[in-house]
Amino acid sequence: MQHTASRRDAPANQAVSDRRDSESRSTSPTPPPTMSVELSVNGKTYSLALDPRTTLLDALREHLHLTGTKKGCDHGQCGACTVHVNGRRVNACLSLAGTLEGDEITTIEGIGSVAALHPMQQSFVECDGYQCGYCTSGQIMSAVALLGEPIGPADADVREAMSGNLCRCGAYQNIVTAIQRVREKA
Amino acid sequence: MELFQLSRANDVRDAIASSAASSGALESAQVRFLAGGTTLLDLMKLNVERPGRVIDISRLPLNQVEATADGGVKIGATVRNADLATHPLIRERYAVLSQALLAGASAQLRNMATTGGNLLQRTRCVYFRDTTMPCNKRTPGAGCAAIGGFNRTMAILGVSDACIASNPSDMNVALTALDATIHIEGTKGPRSVPIDAFFLLPGATPQRETVIEAGDLITHVTLPPQPEGSRSLYLKLRDRASYEFALASAAVVVKVVDGRIAHARVALGGVGTKPWHSTEAEAALADATPDAATFARAADAALANAQPQSQNGFKVELARRCLVHALTQATRTD
Repeated sequence: MQHTASRRDAPANQAVSDRRDSESRSTSPTPPPTMSVELSVNGKTYSLALDPRTTLLDALREHLHLTGTKKGCDHGQCGACTVHVNGRRVNACLSLAGTLEGDEITTIEGIGSVAALHPMQQSFVECDGYQCGYCTSGQIMSAVALLGEPIGPADADVREAMSGNLCRCGAYQNIVTAIQRVREKA
Repeated sequence: MELFQLSRANDVRDAIASSAASSGALESAQVRFLAGGTTLLDLMKLNVERPGRVIDISRLPLNQVEATADGGVKIGATVRNADLATHPLIRERYAVLSQALLAGASAQLRNMATTGGNLLQRTRCVYFRDTTMPCNKRTPGAGCAAIGGFNRTMAILGVSDACIASNPSDMNVALTALDATIHIEGTKGPRSVPIDAFFLLPGATPQRETVIEAGDLITHVTLPPQPEGSRSLYLKLRDRASYEFALASAAVVVKVVDGRIAHARVALGGVGTKPWHSTEAEAALADATPDAATFARAADAALANAQPQSQNGFKVELARRCLVHALTQATRTD
């Protein structure tokens, strides 16, 4: 499936570049089709050859096959793609992979495993902090980062701090409960 | 998204030299600076922005918040919105700026977005963001689909026959009330521009939003010290409680001495084609008693020249009440 998609994309990209060359931008140098990017993800270093347009989200999912990070809106509006860059939560869909050399990237795959869940993962399980699960990795990555941020103790503070993560199923109450349980133990 | 060349600027001079080749600073610019990426990359995905070259400036040494000798503060262009909002100097001396930043976007976006990028944030006008619709800001001379279209969220102040798009930033509203100065490095050397002069009204050229020209890089923003004893506040009204752009907002800085308003700065957000500095409201507040009648007069003055469209007439009263409430809260004595 993935390979079919890639093959289908290739001629389309070529078409874009051809169109540009024939238009006003013919004087600018033809951009290289790929650039070398070294990414550090979950403690491992990867050397990739990427189209400059590749977002961190697409690099993680399509090139490193770390599919725990999800693509929702692809415009920084839903939070499904939330990962940590140098310990801070960001939208992977609005980050270009080629700008992140030298940064430490952490994804949902990097904070816990099936055998040893992160306390926040455990709490989401215990509190039923999800329904369909599509937004969950983004919710958890946001929630883990939130533990180190200067926010108030109330449920309302957590809701405000989590407003960048949408849940179309509406599991919000249990998400807040899951986060507060971890904060109480910390 | 169209193909582009991506490179990292080593220093400010390098960035300016690389960008000076651009045909224009904003409109159909071939070279664009990338810092947080929260506006630029979003618009590149929509093909609204189509740079041929993108220069990563996020590692330039412009990420400090420092006290200045005159008692003010200097904010680097690449300081992230989250870091600026929680910086002790900002929290203590410029509460309105911290409040405005925290009222904007989401925690993730605030971790990415920068001071310089927020200043240059593009409008959220749905027609600007949709390349199948006519938009004078995107394609000069194409026409404006917002006038007579879905214009509930559009501006009511500073509008023209060519454009009614509102400036979406919260930070810019607070910076306006704080008399910020924008410092720019360009091919002809450095220059400093008061924030009022930095933003342009759309007029007949809505594609020009600021005084930034090809090769210009915002390096930092300075804020003067605020009058001793003044209080500041940001109030934002929107369709939902969090993570939404303002329908109307107000940033106020007020100082009351012996029952009279000795200093007042008023800026409005969500209602202007640029961050709206209301000198009319300030004139109504000057030397007046800080009471409901004065605040109502100031709000009337601020909205006197409002030109609502078919769907956003409610913003006139909303902005009035927003300003009255902000002034009331900022001058409370209990």
